[in-house]
Amino acid sequence: MEDLTDVYNELIMEHSMNSYNKKNLENADFCELGHNPNCGDEITLEIKLNGDIIEDMAFNGHGCAISQASTSIMIDTLKGKTVDEAKKIVKTFIEMIKRETTDEEELKKLEDAIAFKNVSNMPARVKCALLAWHTLENIFEKM
Amino acid sequence: MTQEELIKDFPIIQNRQITYLDNGATTQKPIQVLNAINEYYKKHNANPHRGAYSLSIEATERYENTRDKIANFINAKSREEIIFSKNATESINMIAYSYGIENLSEKDEIVISIMEHHSNLVPWQKVAKVTGAKLNYMYINDQFELSEEEIENKITDNTKIVGITHVSNVLGTINNVEKIIKYAHKKGAIVIVDASQSIPHMKIDVQKLDSDFLVFSGHKMLAPLGIGVLYGKKELLNKMQPFLMGGDMIEYVYEQNTTFAPLPNKFEAGTQNIEGVIGLGAAIDYIEKIGYENIKKYEDEVVLYARNKLSELEFINMYITPNKEKHSSVISFNIRGVHPHDVASILDSYGVCVRSGNHCAQPLMRFLGIDSTCRASFYFYNTKEDVDRLVEALKKAYEMFKKYISIKKGE
Repeated sequence: MEDLTDVYNELIMEHSMNSYNKKNLENADFCELGHNPNCGDEITLEIKLNGDIIEDMAFNGHGCAISQASTSIMIDTLKGKTVDEAKKIVKTFIEMIKRETTDEEELKKLEDAIAFKNVSNMPARVKCALLAWHTLENIFEKM
Repeated sequence: MTQEELIKDFPIIQNRQITYLDNGATTQKPIQVLNAINEYYKKHNANPHRGAYSLSIEATERYENTRDKIANFINAKSREEIIFSKNATESINMIAYSYGIENLSEKDEIVISIMEHHSNLVPWQKVAKVTGAKLNYMYINDQFELSEEEIENKITDNTKIVGITHVSNVLGTINNVEKIIKYAHKKGAIVIVDASQSIPHMKIDVQKLDSDFLVFSGHKMLAPLGIGVLYGKKELLNKMQPFLMGGDMIEYVYEQNTTFAPLPNKFEAGTQNIEGVIGLGAAIDYIEKIGYENIKKYEDEVVLYARNKLSELEFINMYITPNKEKHSSVISFNIRGVHPHDVASILDSYGVCVRSGNHCAQPLMRFLGIDSTCRASFYFYNTKEDVDRLVEALKKAYEMFKKYISIKKGE
């Protein structure tokens, strides 16, 4: 059996249990609910833009360590990026989790979010890791 | 037969080094069931009820003999009261559509319990929406049981249908279905018993229970996936319209009209899951060979051991009744502060299979004020060693999260 300490590592645990990104935004431009009905994971993602730059993002919600940490780390990674840059990173993250890319240069752009790479070995948890990223994709579609 | 001998009948337990504690979801299959299906395809396969040739007649015989076997197994008055379905869900849908929607109106009430599986809940929402009937719930007390008072408060003179699970798939509570049926009949209601979680573990006698309908899935009692049973009293089934239309459920078909076959064929449209039926027959043979007394003996010992061992873990919440005689083989629990999916993933990394989530019982979760639980569900092939492995893996999971749980508490 696989050792899961590389998934449940310090970074992911800290973000899952006590995230500074878990708050409300004043004057958010977009607000989107994401949920996995089968497991009850639920997040509300808020985003504030300044032109085409993601000025701030925050979330509220509850769920497993992987879904909550993935949301928080996604926010850290994408804050300050342009929407186009963010879209590319979201695409790379999803490809990493689905094992559709191993391009090291692209993966580097994920910054801390690369910590979720081993979730790709846990099919039952893929949807937990992807929840926030799919929710953000829904926001992009509305822009 | 000793428990050790029984375990040898389960190839998957021999082939995989795992502790399987998700029997409430589906049980593993003994070699006798696998062989029966294999033999059927090797020697007897044809489409039953169709051919005039001997092979088809053999297939028909095997299919229909299993109906007799099931009628005996649950002590139905007649073989025509046994209808094959896909699973308990389909059986309940048959009742909801062919009895509920046809017979209920605005002034009527449907009563179910808060611990119902979605399969015995969502169909009744549909009936309520179509007919205008009211859907009422019997709630559990702080011991995770339905009190007699609650039963008598909720089942009224307006109640026409009562749906009740015999054993909760989340709490393991054994409901007092005898009392519910008696009281519902006094009020003029019919009762549907969901026996999915009880029939693998305890003898069911539909005549003694006097239940109007009773449903179960084969795969939770050693049989293959995709085969279920609807038992219904003949007078009720006779009055009901067919659920699915098509081949084999007909008598005469004209261009614009059709007359329907008598029971049980009326409710069995299209070619049926014969291998599932054969497998279910073999599963019943196997259960009868061991005997429910022995099943209970093996399970009681292991479940009691699990209750004791788990209650020694101070970081665990358990959702079970303290009354052991009212508790079956399901134990739901959480590590306080840790999401059950994380716990289940870590247990899996130690080879322990438990279910995590809402267990198709979202209204119950909401009532309990939680999102989800971990669930260990036992069958007669589980041992005390399985419990020890569960407990050890839980300690490991807690160790991994301990440091961070305290951070969360300090929020």
